[in-house]
Amino acid sequence: MSQTTAAAPTVEVPSIPLAELAPWALFFGLLAVLAIVFVSADQGAFSIPSGNAIHEWVHDGRHLLGYPCH
Amino acid sequence: MTARAFLVRGLLAGLFAGIAAFAVGYFVAEPQIQTAINYEESHEDAPATHTHSGDAGAEAGHHHDEGGTVVSRHNQRTWGLLTGTLAIGIALGGIVALVAAGVLGRIGALSPGQSTALVALLGWVAVILVPFLKYPANPPAIGNADTIGSRTTEYFVFMVISIVVTVLSTMLALRVRDHYGTYTGLLAGVGLFVVVMVIAGQLMPTVNEVGDFPADTLWYFRRASLITSATMWAVLGAVLSGLVGRLYSREQSIAARRALAASL
Repeated sequence: MSQTTAAAPTVEVPSIPLAELAPWALFFGLLAVLAIVFVSADQGAFSIPSGNAIHEWVHDGRHLLGYPCH
Repeated sequence: MTARAFLVRGLLAGLFAGIAAFAVGYFVAEPQIQTAINYEESHEDAPATHTHSGDAGAEAGHHHDEGGTVVSRHNQRTWGLLTGTLAIGIALGGIVALVAAGVLGRIGALSPGQSTALVALLGWVAVILVPFLKYPANPPAIGNADTIGSRTTEYFVFMVISIVVTVLSTMLALRVRDHYGTYTGLLAGVGLFVVVMVIAGQLMPTVNEVGDFPADTLWYFRRASLITSATMWAVLGAVLSGLVGRLYSREQSIAARRALAASL
């Protein structure tokens, strides 16, 4: 932090343009939501794919992280 | 400071967060989950499992659907739990990092590391703590299989309300702060959040399927659940804000050197 004060006394933090951020947010957001749904809700409230293998495998994590499991 | 730089650091922080949550969950929460499963098995009507004598019965596997896949208790509490905490940790890490990238320089006079830490803190309150207060985590043996659909919907609806109101409250706080100062701004933001969430909590349906489940185990499990998620978000916030702060000071020093070189 000490070397940053050399640049300017009150540093204006540069913001990232939202247009630059949007594709990252969209694609990673979709991916992340998919992962969260598989761990938190799949084969409980709904089943895609059918069965209970995912539910059983992440069973303890689903309970522990606060999601309704069964 | 680019979106990519934030995302990469968020994924790394999420990895650490997932590992930490697994470690805490394994040692703090798994004993309570096992107690709950033992209780469930000892209260099942059919004499299906008579071996509820400690670990011998524990290896029989915990499942609900006849004929479905059976994952052993050992796999559920080790690799299964690790899968869950890592997947959620890395997914949250990326999301928190991209939100932190979005609010960078837009959230008052905070440095990049500070605004990132604030995102993680508000994230835990909005995503975990407030939904937990309305729909707390339940151990195995609690919950009617017939209501899993509505309970899941209600949980996620309340979580989305909480997230949206957190964003709106933050925007209100920043707007009020510009005109009336930080104290009034914080008061307005926190006030809006508390009032709206209390009203939403009163309006949303209550779920109570605890039955005669032992209260001590229920409390230990819920406390362990909160400790585990707090660990996940704390490690995520600490690692990510540290990495972001380091990235920023490195970019600052490079910029300072360039300015010095240009002035020569």
